[in-house]
Amino acid sequence: MKILVPVKLVIDSNAKARVKPDQSGVDLANVKLSINPFDEISVEEAVRLKEAGKVSEVVAVTIGVAKAQDALRAALAIGADRGILIQTDEMVEPLAIAKLLAKVAEAEQPGVVILGKQAIDDDSNQTGQMLGALLGWPQATFASKVDLSAEAVEVTREVDGGHQTLKLTLPAIVTTDLRLNEPRYPSLPNIMKAKKKPIETKAPADYGVDVTPRLKLLKVGEPPARSAGIKVKTAGELVEKLKSAGAL
Amino acid sequence: MTTLLIADHNNTSLADATSRALTAALQLGGDVHVLVAGANDRAAADAAAKLDGVKKVLLADDPALDHQLAEPIAALVVSLAGDYDAIVAPATGNGKNILPRVAALLDVAQVSEITKVISSDTFERPIYAGNAIAEVRSTDRKTVLTVRGSAFAPAPQGAATAPIEPVAAVAGDYRSFFVGEALASSDRPELTSAKVIVSGGRALGSAAKFNEVILPLADRLGAAVGASRAAVDAGYAPNDDQVGQTGKIVAPDLYIALGISGAIQHLAGMKNSKIIVAVNKDEDAPIFQVADYGIVGDLFQVVPEIEKALN
Ligand SMILES: Cc1cc2nc3c(=O)[nH]c(=O)nc-3n(C[C@H](O)[C@H](O)[C@H](O)COP(=O)(O)OP(=O)(O)OC[C@H]3O[C@@H](n4cnc5c(N)ncnc54)[C@H](O)[C@@H]3O)c2cc1C
Ligand SMILES: Nc1ncnc2c1ncn2[C@@H]1O[C@H](COP(=O)(O)O)[C@@H](O)[C@H]1O
Repeated sequence: MKILVPVKLVIDSNAKARVKPDQSGVDLANVKLSINPFDEISVEEAVRLKEAGKVSEVVAVTIGVAKAQDALRAALAIGADRGILIQTDEMVEPLAIAKLLAKVAEAEQPGVVILGKQAIDDDSNQTGQMLGALLGWPQATFASKVDLSAEAVEVTREVDGGHQTLKLTLPAIVTTDLRLNEPRYPSLPNIMKAKKKPIETKAPADYGVDVTPRLKLLKVGEPPARSAGIKVKTAGELVEKLKSAGAL
Repeated sequence: MTTLLIADHNNTSLADATSRALTAALQLGGDVHVLVAGANDRAAADAAAKLDGVKKVLLADDPALDHQLAEPIAALVVSLAGDYDAIVAPATGNGKNILPRVAALLDVAQVSEITKVISSDTFERPIYAGNAIAEVRSTDRKTVLTVRGSAFAPAPQGAATAPIEPVAAVAGDYRSFFVGEALASSDRPELTSAKVIVSGGRALGSAAKFNEVILPLADRLGAAVGASRAAVDAGYAPNDDQVGQTGKIVAPDLYIALGISGAIQHLAGMKNSKIIVAVNKDEDAPIFQVADYGIVGDLFQVVPEIEKALN
Protein backbone atom coordinates (compact mmCIF):
# COMPACT_ATOMS: atom_id res chain seq x y z
CA MET A 1 0.00 0.00 0.00
CA LYS A 2 1.10 3.51 -0.85
CA ILE A 3 0.59 6.59 1.33
CA LEU A 4 0.33 10.07 -0.12
CA VAL A 5 1.40 12.95 2.12
CA PRO A 6 0.65 16.53 0.99
CA VAL A 7 3.11 18.97 2.58
CA LYS A 8 3.26 22.76 2.53
CA LEU A 9 6.14 25.18 3.07
CA VAL A 10 5.00 27.80 5.58
CA ILE A 11 6.38 30.47 7.89
CA ASP A 12 8.40 28.80 10.63
CA SER A 13 6.40 28.38 13.82
CA ASN A 14 8.99 30.42 15.74
CA ALA A 15 8.89 33.38 13.34
CA LYS A 16 6.46 36.27 13.64
CA ALA A 17 4.46 37.31 10.60
CA ARG A 18 4.57 41.02 9.73
CA VAL A 19 1.94 42.76 7.68
CA LYS A 20 3.24 44.68 4.64
CA PRO A 21 2.82 48.46 4.94
CA ASP A 22 0.64 48.53 1.77
CA GLN A 23 -1.69 45.95 3.40
CA SER A 24 -1.37 43.61 0.41
CA GLY A 25 -0.27 40.64 2.48
CA VAL A 26 2.31 39.33 4.91
CA ASP A 27 5.99 40.01 4.30
CA LEU A 28 7.77 36.68 3.91
CA ALA A 29 11.09 38.01 2.58
CA ASN A 30 13.86 37.14 5.04
CA VAL A 31 11.50 35.06 7.15
CA LYS A 32 12.44 31.48 7.92
CA LEU A 33 10.19 28.98 6.13
CA SER A 34 9.70 25.37 7.19
CA ILE A 35 7.52 22.39 6.46
CA ASN A 36 4.11 22.93 8.10
CA PRO A 37 4.44 21.29 11.57
CA PHE A 38 1.29 19.23 11.09
CA ASP A 39 2.69 17.92 7.79
CA GLU A 40 5.86 16.88 9.57
CA ILE A 41 3.63 14.82 11.86
CA SER A 42 1.88 13.32 8.79
CA VAL A 43 5.17 12.32 7.19
CA GLU A 44 6.41 10.83 10.47
CA GLU A 45 3.25 8.75 10.77
CA ALA A 46 3.50 7.51 7.18
CA VAL A 47 7.17 6.62 7.60
CA ARG A 48 6.43 4.73 10.83
CA LEU A 49 3.76 2.73 8.98
CA LYS A 50 6.33 1.92 6.32
CA GLU A 51 8.86 0.92 8.97
CA ALA A 52 6.19 -1.32 10.50
CA GLY A 53 5.90 -3.08 7.15
CA LYS A 54 2.31 -1.97 6.51
CA VAL A 55 3.15 0.44 3.72
CA SER A 56 5.40 0.03 0.70
CA GLU A 57 5.94 3.61 -0.41
CA VAL A 58 5.49 7.13 0.98
CA VAL A 59 5.00 9.84 -1.64
CA ALA A 60 5.14 13.52 -0.64
CA VAL A 61 3.49 16.17 -2.78
CA THR A 62 3.52 19.95 -2.58
CA ILE A 63 1.91 22.75 -4.56
CA GLY A 64 3.68 26.08 -4.65
CA VAL A 65 6.64 28.11 -5.88
CA ALA A 66 9.97 26.46 -6.77
CA LYS A 67 11.20 26.95 -3.19
CA ALA A 68 8.26 24.90 -1.91
CA GLN A 69 10.34 21.85 -2.71
CA ASP A 70 12.16 22.58 0.56
CA ALA A 71 9.07 21.06 2.19
CA LEU A 72 9.52 17.97 0.01
CA ARG A 73 13.19 17.72 1.00
CA ALA A 74 12.16 17.89 4.65
CA ALA A 75 9.69 15.06 4.05
CA LEU A 76 12.29 13.00 2.19
CA ALA A 77 14.75 13.51 5.04
CA ILE A 78 12.24 12.07 7.52
CA GLY A 79 11.88 9.06 5.24
CA ALA A 80 9.43 9.68 2.39
CA ASP A 81 10.55 7.91 -0.78
CA ARG A 82 9.89 10.46 -3.51
CA GLY A 83 8.34 13.85 -4.10
CA ILE A 84 6.05 15.62 -6.52
CA LEU A 85 6.26 19.41 -6.91
CA ILE A 86 3.31 21.02 -8.66
CA GLN A 87 4.93 24.32 -9.38
CA THR A 88 3.02 27.58 -9.65
CA ASP A 89 3.58 31.21 -8.67
CA GLU A 90 -0.15 31.76 -8.15
CA MET A 91 -1.81 31.83 -4.70
CA VAL A 92 -3.70 28.55 -4.64
CA GLU A 93 -6.71 28.24 -2.33
CA PRO A 94 -7.57 25.04 -0.43
CA LEU A 95 -10.32 24.06 -2.89
CA ALA A 96 -7.91 24.16 -5.84
CA ILE A 97 -5.20 22.44 -3.77
CA ALA A 98 -7.72 19.69 -3.03
CA LYS A 99 -8.57 19.39 -6.74
CA LEU A 100 -4.91 18.99 -7.63
CA LEU A 101 -4.40 16.47 -4.84
CA ALA A 102 -7.44 14.53 -6.05
CA LYS A 103 -5.77 14.19 -9.47
CA VAL A 104 -2.53 13.05 -7.87
CA ALA A 105 -4.45 10.54 -5.76
CA GLU A 106 -6.20 9.19 -8.86
CA ALA A 107 -2.83 8.69 -10.53
CA GLU A 108 -0.98 7.28 -7.50
CA GLN A 109 -3.83 5.21 -5.98
CA PRO A 110 -2.74 5.50 -2.33
CA GLY A 111 -4.55 3.54 0.37
CA VAL A 112 -4.47 6.58 2.65
CA VAL A 113 -3.79 10.28 2.18
CA ILE A 114 -2.46 11.83 5.39
CA LEU A 115 -2.65 15.62 5.54
CA GLY A 116 -2.07 18.14 8.32
CA LYS A 117 -5.20 19.40 10.06
CA GLN A 118 -4.25 22.97 9.25
CA ALA A 119 -1.56 25.01 7.56
CA ILE A 120 -0.23 27.45 10.15
CA ASP A 121 -0.09 30.33 7.64
CA ASP A 122 -3.64 30.48 6.24
CA ASP A 123 -5.13 28.58 9.23
CA SER A 124 -7.84 27.26 6.88
CA ASN A 125 -8.30 23.70 8.16
CA GLN A 126 -10.08 22.71 4.94
CA THR A 127 -7.94 20.81 2.47
CA GLY A 128 -8.23 17.25 3.81
CA GLN A 129 -12.00 17.45 4.20
CA MET A 130 -12.33 18.93 0.69
CA LEU A 131 -10.14 16.18 -0.75
CA GLY A 132 -12.37 13.58 0.92
CA ALA A 133 -15.41 15.18 -0.70
CA LEU A 134 -13.86 15.34 -4.18
CA LEU A 135 -12.68 11.72 -4.09
CA GLY A 136 -15.79 10.45 -2.32
CA TRP A 137 -13.52 8.94 0.36
CA PRO A 138 -14.29 8.77 4.09
CA GLN A 139 -12.37 11.11 6.39
CA ALA A 140 -11.02 11.13 9.92
CA THR A 141 -9.75 14.58 10.86
CA PHE A 142 -7.64 15.64 13.89
CA ALA A 143 -6.10 12.19 14.41
CA SER A 144 -4.30 11.37 17.64
CA LYS A 145 -3.94 7.64 16.87
CA VAL A 146 -3.89 5.74 13.57
CA ASP A 147 -4.20 1.98 13.33
CA LEU A 148 -3.85 0.77 9.74
CA SER A 149 -4.77 -2.65 8.39
CA ALA A 150 -5.08 -3.91 4.82
CA GLU A 151 -8.73 -2.94 4.33
CA ALA A 152 -9.42 -0.27 6.91
CA VAL A 153 -7.95 2.35 9.17
CA GLU A 154 -9.07 2.93 12.74
CA VAL A 155 -8.49 6.50 13.85
CA THR A 156 -8.87 8.14 17.24
CA ARG A 157 -9.73 11.82 16.78
CA GLU A 158 -9.45 14.83 19.08
CA VAL A 159 -12.98 16.22 19.33
CA ASP A 160 -14.63 18.84 21.55
CA GLY A 161 -14.99 17.16 24.92
CA GLY A 162 -12.49 14.36 24.38
CA HIS A 163 -11.85 11.63 21.82
CA GLN A 164 -13.83 9.76 19.19
CA THR A 165 -12.77 6.59 17.37
CA LEU A 166 -13.84 5.89 13.79
CA LYS A 167 -13.18 3.05 11.41
CA LEU A 168 -12.83 3.98 7.74
CA THR A 169 -12.84 1.59 4.81
CA LEU A 170 -9.86 2.27 2.54
CA PRO A 171 -9.03 4.33 0.59
CA ALA A 172 -9.42 7.08 3.17
CA ILE A 173 -8.35 10.54 4.28
CA VAL A 174 -6.68 11.24 7.64
CA THR A 175 -5.66 14.65 8.98
CA THR A 176 -3.16 14.87 11.81
CA ASP A 177 -3.36 16.61 15.16
CA LEU A 178 -0.48 17.58 17.45
CA ARG A 179 -0.52 14.53 19.68
CA LEU A 180 -0.33 11.85 16.96
CA ASN A 181 3.44 11.49 17.24
CA GLU A 182 6.66 13.38 17.82
CA PRO A 183 8.47 13.75 14.51
CA ARG A 184 12.09 12.63 14.52
CA TYR A 185 14.99 14.98 13.83
CA PRO A 186 16.38 13.77 10.51
CA SER A 187 19.97 12.57 10.85
CA LEU A 188 22.68 14.18 8.72
CA PRO A 189 23.08 11.06 6.54
CA ASN A 190 19.33 11.03 5.95
CA ILE A 191 19.38 14.71 5.00
CA MET A 192 22.15 13.93 2.50
CA LYS A 193 20.27 10.90 1.20
CA ALA A 194 17.14 13.02 0.77
CA LYS A 195 19.01 15.23 -1.68
CA LYS A 196 19.33 12.25 -4.02
CA LYS A 197 15.73 11.10 -3.81
CA PRO A 198 13.66 11.85 -6.92
CA ILE A 199 11.38 14.90 -7.20
CA GLU A 200 9.12 15.13 -10.20
CA THR A 201 8.07 18.65 -11.26
CA LYS A 202 4.64 19.28 -12.71
CA ALA A 203 2.34 22.24 -13.38
CA PRO A 204 -1.35 22.66 -12.46
CA ALA A 205 -2.13 22.62 -16.21
CA ASP A 206 -0.74 19.07 -16.44
CA TYR A 207 -3.71 18.03 -14.32
CA GLY A 208 -6.22 20.21 -16.14
CA VAL A 209 -7.16 21.97 -12.90
CA ASP A 210 -8.26 25.61 -12.90
CA VAL A 211 -6.65 27.25 -9.88
CA THR A 212 -8.26 30.70 -10.26
CA PRO A 213 -9.01 32.01 -6.75
CA ARG A 214 -12.63 32.18 -5.63
CA LEU A 215 -11.89 34.61 -2.84
CA LYS A 216 -10.71 38.15 -3.37
CA LEU A 217 -8.15 39.24 -0.81
CA LEU A 218 -9.10 42.88 -0.27
CA LYS A 219 -6.51 43.68 2.34
CA VAL A 220 -4.39 42.29 5.12
CA GLY A 221 -4.26 44.48 8.20
CA GLU A 222 -2.70 44.48 11.64
CA PRO A 223 -4.70 43.00 14.50
CA PRO A 224 -5.77 45.52 17.14
CA ALA A 225 -2.77 46.17 19.35
CA ARG A 226 -2.92 45.32 23.04
CA SER A 227 -0.95 47.56 25.28
CA ALA A 228 1.04 45.98 28.06
CA GLY A 229 -0.48 46.61 31.45
CA ILE A 230 1.15 46.93 34.81
CA LYS A 231 3.03 44.66 37.15
CA VAL A 232 1.63 44.34 40.63
CA LYS A 233 3.63 43.22 43.63
CA THR A 234 1.22 41.14 45.65
CA ALA A 235 -1.79 38.88 45.28
CA GLY A 236 -3.75 41.31 47.44
CA GLU A 237 -3.00 44.17 45.11
CA LEU A 238 -4.02 42.02 42.13
CA VAL A 239 -7.38 41.16 43.66
CA GLU A 240 -7.97 44.85 44.48
CA LYS A 241 -7.23 45.86 40.87
CA LEU A 242 -9.48 43.14 39.47
CA LYS A 243 -12.30 44.19 41.78
CA SER A 244 -12.07 47.83 40.82
CA ALA A 245 -11.90 46.86 37.13
CA GLY A 246 -15.15 44.96 37.64
CA ALA A 247 -13.54 41.63 36.68
CA LEU A 248 -14.40 39.92 39.97
CA MET B 1 -31.17 35.98 0.68
CA THR B 2 -31.59 32.94 2.92
CA THR B 3 -28.96 31.37 5.13
CA LEU B 4 -28.71 27.82 6.44
CA LEU B 5 -27.01 27.54 9.83
CA ILE B 6 -25.78 24.09 10.78
CA ALA B 7 -26.26 23.62 14.50
CA ASP B 8 -23.61 22.03 16.69
CA HIS B 9 -25.35 20.03 19.39
CA ASN B 10 -25.30 16.77 21.31
CA ASN B 11 -28.90 15.78 20.37
CA THR B 12 -30.28 17.14 23.64
CA SER B 13 -28.88 20.66 23.77
CA LEU B 14 -27.23 23.19 21.50
CA ALA B 15 -23.56 24.10 21.81
CA ASP B 16 -23.19 27.73 22.86
CA ALA B 17 -21.18 28.22 19.65
CA THR B 18 -24.39 27.64 17.67
CA SER B 19 -26.08 30.75 19.04
CA ARG B 20 -22.88 32.75 18.44
CA ALA B 21 -22.80 31.58 14.81
CA LEU B 22 -26.47 32.60 14.58
CA THR B 23 -25.47 36.18 15.44
CA ALA B 24 -23.04 36.16 12.51
CA ALA B 25 -25.58 34.45 10.22
CA LEU B 26 -28.18 37.14 10.99
CA GLN B 27 -25.64 39.83 10.10
CA LEU B 28 -25.58 38.47 6.54
CA GLY B 29 -28.95 40.15 6.21
CA GLY B 30 -31.40 37.43 5.15
CA ASP B 31 -33.66 34.87 6.80
CA VAL B 32 -31.88 32.20 8.81
CA HIS B 33 -32.97 28.55 8.94
CA VAL B 34 -31.22 26.20 11.35
CA LEU B 35 -30.46 22.57 10.50
CA VAL B 36 -30.38 20.24 13.48
CA ALA B 37 -29.07 16.89 12.23
CA GLY B 38 -28.60 13.98 14.60
CA ALA B 39 -30.42 11.06 16.19
CA ASN B 40 -33.16 11.54 18.78
CA ASP B 41 -32.34 15.22 18.52
CA ARG B 42 -35.81 16.73 18.91
CA ALA B 43 -34.76 18.51 22.12
CA ALA B 44 -31.89 20.26 20.35
CA ALA B 45 -34.29 21.34 17.59
CA ASP B 46 -36.70 22.73 20.20
CA ALA B 47 -33.85 24.77 21.65
CA ALA B 48 -32.91 26.09 18.19
CA ALA B 49 -36.52 27.08 17.52
CA LYS B 50 -36.45 29.37 20.55
CA LEU B 51 -33.43 31.40 19.47
CA ASP B 52 -34.20 34.96 18.50
CA GLY B 53 -34.21 35.53 14.73
CA VAL B 54 -34.56 31.91 13.59
CA LYS B 55 -37.27 31.65 10.90
CA LYS B 56 -37.41 27.88 10.63
CA VAL B 57 -35.74 24.79 12.03
CA LEU B 58 -35.03 21.77 9.84
CA LEU B 59 -34.91 18.61 11.94
CA ALA B 60 -33.14 15.54 10.58
CA ASP B 61 -33.52 12.68 13.03
CA ASP B 62 -31.90 9.49 11.81
CA PRO B 63 -29.54 6.88 13.36
CA ALA B 64 -27.19 7.44 10.40
CA LEU B 65 -26.68 11.02 11.61
CA ASP B 66 -25.66 10.10 15.13
CA HIS B 67 -22.13 11.11 16.19
CA GLN B 68 -21.99 13.90 13.58
CA LEU B 69 -19.97 11.92 11.04
CA ALA B 70 -18.88 14.17 8.18
CA GLU B 71 -19.96 11.99 5.27
CA PRO B 72 -23.74 11.65 5.92
CA ILE B 73 -24.11 15.16 7.37
CA ALA B 74 -22.33 16.78 4.40
CA ALA B 75 -24.55 14.80 2.00
CA LEU B 76 -27.64 16.01 3.87
CA VAL B 77 -26.52 19.65 3.80
CA VAL B 78 -25.76 19.43 0.08
CA SER B 79 -29.25 18.00 -0.55
CA LEU B 80 -30.72 21.12 1.09
CA ALA B 81 -28.23 23.64 -0.29
CA GLY B 82 -30.20 24.55 -3.43
CA ASP B 83 -32.52 26.75 -1.39
CA TYR B 84 -29.76 28.76 0.28
CA ASP B 85 -27.37 31.57 -0.59
CA ALA B 86 -25.14 31.04 2.42
CA ILE B 87 -24.25 28.04 4.55
CA VAL B 88 -22.81 28.75 7.98
CA ALA B 89 -21.49 26.60 10.82
CA PRO B 90 -19.77 27.40 14.11
CA ALA B 91 -16.00 26.77 13.99
CA THR B 92 -16.28 23.95 16.52
CA GLY B 93 -14.71 20.52 16.09
CA ASN B 94 -17.83 19.36 14.26
CA GLY B 95 -18.20 22.49 12.13
CA LYS B 96 -14.56 22.36 11.05
CA ASN B 97 -14.88 18.68 10.23
CA ILE B 98 -18.08 18.88 8.21
CA LEU B 99 -18.26 22.23 6.44
CA PRO B 100 -15.22 22.04 4.09
CA ARG B 101 -16.67 18.77 2.82
CA VAL B 102 -19.90 20.60 2.03
CA ALA B 103 -18.04 23.45 0.31
CA ALA B 104 -16.07 21.10 -1.95
CA LEU B 105 -19.20 19.12 -2.89
CA LEU B 106 -20.78 22.44 -3.89
CA ASP B 107 -17.58 23.52 -5.67
CA VAL B 108 -17.31 26.74 -3.67
CA ALA B 109 -14.60 28.13 -1.43
CA GLN B 110 -14.99 28.20 2.34
CA VAL B 111 -14.11 31.22 4.46
CA SER B 112 -12.86 29.75 7.74
CA GLU B 113 -13.30 31.24 11.21
CA ILE B 114 -14.69 34.65 10.33
CA THR B 115 -14.44 37.24 13.10
CA LYS B 116 -16.43 40.01 11.41
CA VAL B 117 -19.19 40.31 8.82
CA ILE B 118 -18.51 43.39 6.68
CA SER B 119 -21.27 42.65 4.15
CA SER B 120 -23.11 39.57 2.94
CA ASP B 121 -20.06 38.52 0.88
CA THR B 122 -17.15 40.20 2.68
CA PHE B 123 -15.57 39.04 5.92
CA GLU B 124 -12.62 39.42 8.23
CA ARG B 125 -10.63 36.42 9.36
CA PRO B 126 -7.35 36.13 11.26
CA ILE B 127 -4.41 34.43 9.54
CA TYR B 128 -0.86 33.64 10.67
CA ALA B 129 -1.92 32.84 14.23
CA GLY B 130 -3.83 36.10 14.44
CA ASN B 131 -0.80 38.23 13.56
CA ALA B 132 -2.66 39.50 10.50
CA ILE B 133 -6.31 40.07 9.71
CA ALA B 134 -7.42 39.32 6.16
CA GLU B 135 -10.43 40.96 4.57
CA VAL B 136 -11.80 38.62 1.91
CA ARG B 137 -14.72 38.73 -0.51
CA SER B 138 -16.35 35.60 -1.78
CA THR B 139 -17.06 35.53 -5.53
CA ASP B 140 -18.86 32.18 -5.49
CA ARG B 141 -22.59 31.85 -6.06
CA LYS B 142 -22.93 30.49 -2.53
CA THR B 143 -21.07 31.60 0.55
CA VAL B 144 -19.77 28.94 2.94
CA LEU B 145 -18.51 30.18 6.31
CA THR B 146 -17.38 28.95 9.67
CA VAL B 147 -17.75 31.41 12.53
CA ARG B 148 -15.29 31.95 15.37
CA GLY B 149 -17.54 31.99 18.43
CA SER B 150 -15.33 34.23 20.56
CA ALA B 151 -15.90 37.10 18.09
CA PHE B 152 -19.72 37.09 18.25
CA ALA B 153 -22.11 37.35 21.19
CA PRO B 154 -24.62 34.53 21.63
CA ALA B 155 -28.06 35.27 20.13
CA PRO B 156 -30.63 35.52 22.93
CA GLN B 157 -33.78 33.46 23.30
CA GLY B 158 -36.62 35.05 21.38
CA ALA B 159 -40.26 35.67 22.29
CA ALA B 160 -41.54 33.47 19.46
CA THR B 161 -40.90 29.83 18.59
CA ALA B 162 -39.94 29.02 15.00
CA PRO B 163 -41.67 26.15 13.19
CA ILE B 164 -39.83 22.81 13.03
CA GLU B 165 -39.91 20.91 9.74
CA PRO B 166 -38.63 17.37 9.29
CA VAL B 167 -36.02 16.66 6.60
CA ALA B 168 -34.75 13.24 5.55
CA ALA B 169 -31.18 12.00 5.75
CA VAL B 170 -29.60 11.05 2.44
CA ALA B 171 -28.96 7.33 2.06
CA GLY B 172 -25.50 6.52 0.78
CA ASP B 173 -22.66 4.08 0.77
CA TYR B 174 -20.80 5.83 3.60
CA ARG B 175 -17.53 4.28 4.57
CA SER B 176 -16.90 5.79 8.00
CA PHE B 177 -18.15 3.94 11.05
CA PHE B 178 -18.40 5.04 14.67
CA VAL B 179 -16.40 2.79 17.00
CA GLY B 180 -16.47 4.63 20.31
CA GLU B 181 -15.86 7.82 22.21
CA ALA B 182 -14.45 9.04 25.49
CA LEU B 183 -16.01 12.33 26.46
CA ALA B 184 -15.21 14.03 29.73
CA SER B 185 -18.10 15.36 31.71
CA SER B 186 -17.42 18.27 33.98
CA ASP B 187 -19.46 20.60 36.15
CA ARG B 188 -17.18 23.49 35.24
CA PRO B 189 -18.20 25.99 32.59
CA GLU B 190 -17.24 25.15 29.04
CA LEU B 191 -14.03 26.79 27.85
CA THR B 192 -15.32 28.68 24.82
CA SER B 193 -18.30 30.23 26.60
CA ALA B 194 -16.83 30.82 30.09
CA LYS B 195 -16.61 34.33 31.53
CA VAL B 196 -13.48 33.45 33.49
CA ILE B 197 -10.69 31.02 32.54
CA VAL B 198 -7.82 29.82 34.69
CA SER B 199 -5.12 28.37 32.45
CA GLY B 200 -1.99 26.45 33.38
CA GLY B 201 1.26 25.82 31.53
CA ARG B 202 4.33 23.65 31.58
CA ALA B 203 5.41 25.22 34.88
CA LEU B 204 2.82 23.13 36.73
CA GLY B 205 5.14 20.16 36.29
CA SER B 206 2.70 17.26 36.72
CA ALA B 207 -0.96 16.38 36.38
CA ALA B 208 -1.19 16.13 40.16
CA LYS B 209 0.20 19.65 40.64
CA PHE B 210 -2.00 20.98 37.84
CA ASN B 211 -5.07 19.63 39.61
CA GLU B 212 -3.88 20.76 43.02
CA VAL B 213 -3.11 24.35 41.98
CA ILE B 214 -5.34 25.21 39.01
CA LEU B 215 -8.62 23.50 39.89
CA PRO B 216 -9.29 25.10 43.31
CA LEU B 217 -8.71 28.59 41.94
CA ALA B 218 -10.95 27.80 38.96
CA ASP B 219 -13.66 26.51 41.29
CA ARG B 220 -13.33 29.53 43.56
CA LEU B 221 -13.90 31.81 40.53
CA GLY B 222 -16.50 29.64 38.79
CA ALA B 223 -14.02 29.49 35.94
CA ALA B 224 -13.31 27.10 33.09
CA VAL B 225 -9.90 25.42 32.97
CA GLY B 226 -7.51 25.98 30.09
CA ALA B 227 -3.99 24.84 29.32
CA SER B 228 -1.05 25.53 27.05
CA ARG B 229 -0.02 22.97 24.47
CA ALA B 230 3.01 22.09 26.58
CA ALA B 231 0.74 21.24 29.53
CA VAL B 232 -1.54 19.14 27.34
CA ASP B 233 1.32 17.33 25.58
CA ALA B 234 2.78 16.45 28.97
CA GLY B 235 -0.56 15.02 30.08
CA TYR B 236 -1.32 17.60 32.81
CA ALA B 237 -4.63 18.47 31.16
CA PRO B 238 -6.89 16.89 28.51
CA ASN B 239 -6.42 17.81 24.83
CA ASP B 240 -9.79 19.50 24.85
CA ASP B 241 -8.43 22.19 27.21
CA GLN B 242 -5.73 23.46 24.88
CA VAL B 243 -6.04 27.18 24.24
CA GLY B 244 -4.35 28.57 21.16
CA GLN B 245 -3.95 28.79 17.40
CA THR B 246 -4.52 25.08 17.00
CA GLY B 247 -6.73 24.56 20.05
CA LYS B 248 -9.64 26.54 21.43
CA ILE B 249 -9.97 30.25 20.72
CA VAL B 250 -11.34 32.08 23.74
CA ALA B 251 -12.17 35.65 24.74
CA PRO B 252 -13.47 35.62 28.32
CA ASP B 253 -13.88 38.64 30.56
CA LEU B 254 -10.93 37.41 32.62
CA TYR B 255 -8.10 35.07 31.54
CA ILE B 256 -5.56 34.04 34.18
CA ALA B 257 -2.37 32.52 32.72
CA LEU B 258 -0.29 30.64 35.28
CA GLY B 259 3.19 29.51 34.29
CA ILE B 260 2.58 30.06 30.60
CA SER B 261 5.31 31.79 28.61
CA GLY B 262 3.05 33.37 25.98
CA ALA B 263 4.22 31.79 22.70
CA ILE B 264 2.66 33.18 19.51
CA GLN B 265 0.47 30.10 19.24
CA HIS B 266 -0.89 30.48 22.75
CA LEU B 267 -1.51 34.23 22.40
CA ALA B 268 -3.47 33.51 19.19
CA GLY B 269 -6.04 31.74 21.30
CA MET B 270 -6.52 34.21 24.17
CA LYS B 271 -5.24 37.68 23.37
CA ASN B 272 -8.75 39.02 22.74
CA SER B 273 -9.73 38.34 26.35
CA LYS B 274 -11.03 41.45 28.08
CA ILE B 275 -8.63 41.32 31.04
CA ILE B 276 -5.52 39.16 31.10
CA VAL B 277 -3.64 38.28 34.28
CA ALA B 278 -0.27 36.53 34.15
CA VAL B 279 1.82 34.95 36.85
CA ASN B 280 5.29 33.97 35.68
CA LYS B 281 8.65 33.86 37.43
CA ASP B 282 10.41 35.24 34.36
CA GLU B 283 9.86 39.00 34.17
CA ASP B 284 10.68 38.92 30.44
CA ALA B 285 8.10 36.27 29.56
CA PRO B 286 6.19 37.41 26.43
CA ILE B 287 2.86 36.83 28.20
CA PHE B 288 3.50 40.08 30.12
CA GLN B 289 3.33 41.99 26.82
CA VAL B 290 -0.39 41.27 26.62
CA ALA B 291 -1.23 41.05 30.33
CA ASP B 292 -3.17 43.84 31.98
CA TYR B 293 -1.92 42.74 35.38
CA GLY B 294 1.22 40.73 35.89
CA ILE B 295 2.89 39.25 38.91
CA VAL B 296 6.52 38.21 38.63
CA GLY B 297 6.83 35.31 41.00
CA ASP B 298 6.52 31.62 41.73
CA LEU B 299 2.99 30.49 40.95
CA PHE B 300 3.12 27.86 43.68
CA GLN B 301 3.37 30.72 46.18
CA VAL B 302 1.28 33.32 44.37
CA VAL B 303 -1.79 31.21 43.58
CA PRO B 304 -2.55 30.28 47.22
CA GLU B 305 -2.08 33.96 48.08
CA ILE B 306 -4.59 34.95 45.41
CA GLU B 307 -7.07 32.47 46.88
CA LYS B 308 -6.49 33.91 50.34
CA ALA B 309 -6.98 37.47 49.07
CA LEU B 310 -10.25 36.41 47.45
CA ASN B 311 -11.66 35.16 50.73
C1 LIG C 1 2.12 23.79 15.10
C2 LIG C 1 2.11 24.29 16.50
C3 LIG C 1 0.90 24.55 17.09
C4 LIG C 1 0.86 25.00 18.41
N1 LIG C 1 -0.36 25.27 18.96
C5 LIG C 1 -0.40 25.71 20.24
C6 LIG C 1 -1.64 26.04 20.86
O1 LIG C 1 -2.72 25.94 20.24
N2 LIG C 1 -1.63 26.45 22.15
C7 LIG C 1 -0.46 26.59 22.86
O2 LIG C 1 -0.53 26.95 24.04
N3 LIG C 1 0.71 26.30 22.30
C8 LIG C 1 0.76 25.87 21.01
N4 LIG C 1 1.99 25.56 20.47
C9 LIG C 1 3.17 25.50 21.35
C10 LIG C 1 3.79 26.85 21.66
O3 LIG C 1 4.69 27.21 20.65
C11 LIG C 1 4.56 26.77 23.00
O4 LIG C 1 5.52 25.75 22.91
C12 LIG C 1 3.65 26.48 24.20
O5 LIG C 1 2.56 27.39 24.21
C13 LIG C 1 4.47 26.62 25.49
O6 LIG C 1 3.70 26.27 26.59
P1 LIG C 1 4.04 26.86 28.03
O7 LIG C 1 3.95 28.34 27.96
O8 LIG C 1 3.19 26.15 29.01
O9 LIG C 1 5.53 26.35 28.27
P2 LIG C 1 6.89 27.15 28.31
O10 LIG C 1 7.08 27.95 27.07
O11 LIG C 1 7.92 26.17 28.67
O12 LIG C 1 6.70 28.20 29.46
C14 LIG C 1 6.64 27.87 30.81
C15 LIG C 1 6.67 29.19 31.57
O13 LIG C 1 6.50 28.96 32.95
C16 LIG C 1 7.35 29.83 33.69
N5 LIG C 1 7.58 29.19 34.99
C17 LIG C 1 8.30 28.09 35.28
N6 LIG C 1 8.20 27.77 36.57
C18 LIG C 1 7.38 28.70 37.14
C19 LIG C 1 6.88 28.89 38.44
N7 LIG C 1 7.19 28.06 39.45
N8 LIG C 1 6.08 29.95 38.67
C20 LIG C 1 5.75 30.80 37.66
N9 LIG C 1 6.19 30.65 36.40
C21 LIG C 1 7.00 29.61 36.14
C22 LIG C 1 8.58 29.98 32.83
O14 LIG C 1 9.22 31.21 33.12
C23 LIG C 1 7.99 29.96 31.43
O15 LIG C 1 7.67 31.28 30.97
C24 LIG C 1 2.05 25.16 19.14
C25 LIG C 1 3.28 24.92 18.53
C26 LIG C 1 3.32 24.50 17.22
C27 LIG C 1 4.64 24.27 16.58
N1 LIG D 1 0.15 24.09 -1.13
C1 LIG D 1 -0.03 22.87 -0.57
N2 LIG D 1 0.66 21.81 -1.03
C2 LIG D 1 0.50 20.59 -0.48
N3 LIG D 1 -0.33 20.35 0.55
C3 LIG D 1 -1.03 21.37 1.05
C4 LIG D 1 -0.94 22.68 0.52
N4 LIG D 1 -1.77 23.47 1.22
C5 LIG D 1 -2.36 22.69 2.15
N5 LIG D 1 -1.92 21.43 2.05
C6 LIG D 1 -2.29 20.27 2.91
O1 LIG D 1 -3.52 20.55 3.55
C7 LIG D 1 -3.35 20.64 4.96
C8 LIG D 1 -4.32 21.63 5.55
O2 LIG D 1 -4.11 22.92 5.01
P1 LIG D 1 -5.20 24.09 5.09
O3 LIG D 1 -6.50 23.51 4.67
O4 LIG D 1 -4.69 25.15 4.14
O5 LIG D 1 -5.19 24.56 6.51
C9 LIG D 1 -1.87 20.94 5.14
O6 LIG D 1 -1.43 20.52 6.41
C10 LIG D 1 -1.26 20.09 4.02
O7 LIG D 1 -1.23 18.73 4.36
